[in-house]
Amino acid sequence: MRSYVISRLLGMIPTLAVISVIIFVVIQLPPGDIVTSMLDRLQAQGVDTTEEYVQNLRAQYNLDKPLVLQYFYWAGNLLTGDMGYSHLYSRPVNDLLWERLGYTLSITVSALLFMWVVALPLGIYSAIRQYSIGDYLMTSIALVGVATPPFMVALVFMHIGFEWFGVSTGGLFSPEYEDAPWSWGRVVDLLSHIWLPMIIVGLGSAAFTMRILRANLLDELNKPYVVTARAKGVSPAKLILKYPVRIAINPFISTIGFVLPALISGEAIVSLVMGLPTIGPLLLQALLNQDMFLAGSLLMWLAILTVVGILLSDILLAWLDPRIRYE
Amino acid sequence: MTDTVLKVRDLAVDFKTDLGTTHALVDVGFDMPRGKVTAIVGESGSGKSVTANCIMRIIQPPGRIIGGTIDFAPEAMDPFEITSLGKRDPRLQELRGGLISMVFQEPMTALSPVYTVGNQVAEAILCHRKVGRKQAWKEAAEMLERVGIDDIDRRIRMYPFEFSGGMRQRVVIAMALVCHPEILICDEPTTALDVTIQAEILTLIRDLQRELSNSVLFITHDIGVVAQLADQVVVMYQGRVLEIGTVRQVLKTPVHPYTKGLLAAIPGLAPKGEPLATIASVVGDTDITKPYPMITLGDGRQVSLPREQVQGVAG
Repeated sequence: MRSYVISRLLGMIPTLAVISVIIFVVIQLPPGDIVTSMLDRLQAQGVDTTEEYVQNLRAQYNLDKPLVLQYFYWAGNLLTGDMGYSHLYSRPVNDLLWERLGYTLSITVSALLFMWVVALPLGIYSAIRQYSIGDYLMTSIALVGVATPPFMVALVFMHIGFEWFGVSTGGLFSPEYEDAPWSWGRVVDLLSHIWLPMIIVGLGSAAFTMRILRANLLDELNKPYVVTARAKGVSPAKLILKYPVRIAINPFISTIGFVLPALISGEAIVSLVMGLPTIGPLLLQALLNQDMFLAGSLLMWLAILTVVGILLSDILLAWLDPRIRYE
Repeated sequence: MTDTVLKVRDLAVDFKTDLGTTHALVDVGFDMPRGKVTAIVGESGSGKSVTANCIMRIIQPPGRIIGGTIDFAPEAMDPFEITSLGKRDPRLQELRGGLISMVFQEPMTALSPVYTVGNQVAEAILCHRKVGRKQAWKEAAEMLERVGIDDIDRRIRMYPFEFSGGMRQRVVIAMALVCHPEILICDEPTTALDVTIQAEILTLIRDLQRELSNSVLFITHDIGVVAQLADQVVVMYQGRVLEIGTVRQVLKTPVHPYTKGLLAAIPGLAPKGEPLATIASVVGDTDITKPYPMITLGDGRQVSLPREQVQGVAG
């Protein structure tokens, strides 16, 4: 088990290296660069710039060097924890990121928990009561849940909240706590706001995993080992949970790996709609304005989160299933 | 105390599907003598396993018991009728694995791959007796050793997929016997195993039966196994019982044309150099699909044939 974890951890290094190259190429793809967009902004303000000034700027950001070298400057700085400077916000990327990464993580992780708490019991119910009214009802809700884009759900919730209850559902804080320092009251305020984005972001994935769990469980319910256990006298509730569910949640856990990126990108759109201070809207602005240090760092962090998520789900699987552990 | 441990009468099971209703069992009836081995023989689809599943009450939808009774007279409890037990009746849970237990056909899939062998055997004890986990594991280890698994301290912590088919079947047998059931049902326990392992498992079942003197219901399509193990034989075909008798009666002097056909189709018993008889060629013109009530002959055996056809056979 330990050697498995170590080998997986080592395997993350080349994966992330390759991802960093891809990210670097992607943020270089649009025409122009950080300096041209800066100059555009200066010109719009009526400021004249000299050729020398432009050259200096380019040198300052290593833009006069070959692309390969630029990559290594960027990657090297990332490794030392220096993610560069955002022009758009005139602040170091580190500050911007740490401010918002926490919110992104709390929404994503709570959406993941929400997904489990909802999908696990409903999926089990749906499978053991296959073709019952409850199963059909949940199947319908799940299909709607899978088919509705999260931002749409967000708009509907916000509309209902505003029209019917007269509350503004945007943001993560009430106005009085918006810029306040951290305190107990601010945490409570955060919790009272975060449940809505949590539900909105987690809904689609919950519906999706519920369907997967139902299908897997239906496959397992009549397997010989379940019949053996029933013939052994195991009580009905324990029988279901200990035997077929234990096998059926395997794919349920391995989906963490690919549900996580979906949750994060779902979170980005929902955050835009609801005005949440997460990294989603930040990333969009950075890409629109060719703020390459900011965009690159954000993408890199999303990649790291995803790779770590997949690793966690694999370790969890190995811990849960001896057949994987013993390979 | 009667010497009949299980009395099956008029048992009927239907499988209702979109394609129509299949009568899996029609008026099945037989007695199981206490402390003896009763074999049910028949081809695939004859209702052998369905009968066993009815006794354990583990018949799965769309299958349903639509009639009949199974009277069970355990030594440890007052007699009761199995088919009428409610879903929440504590006797049902006690019956499964406590009073009656079952060894299945497929040792490769009969155990969960994610729990250790010890966990699954000890669970049988924990389900039926108020003992601690430690004691349950200790008894599980003893039973596993008794069915021939050595190096027990290591093996008890291993997973089923680390065991061979024969060893898994030993584990399943240990799991079935660990609560000392009064009836052990073996549903083709050797069908999925190699020939050499088959003999070992059969010997094990026979030795354990003599040692523990429990009653065994042995389901098979292998006449050789019946000759080796059984005291009493029940011949089934298309969900009905055709003939019941002692192993000597049924194998030496079969009365029902189907039983004769079944015996004639055994390769070892046919004359050398001649094509093997098919069941149909021996059965001839008799319509074996037509149901007749069971008649008891003079020597105690029962057969499902028209009365005029068995005149003179009884002796």
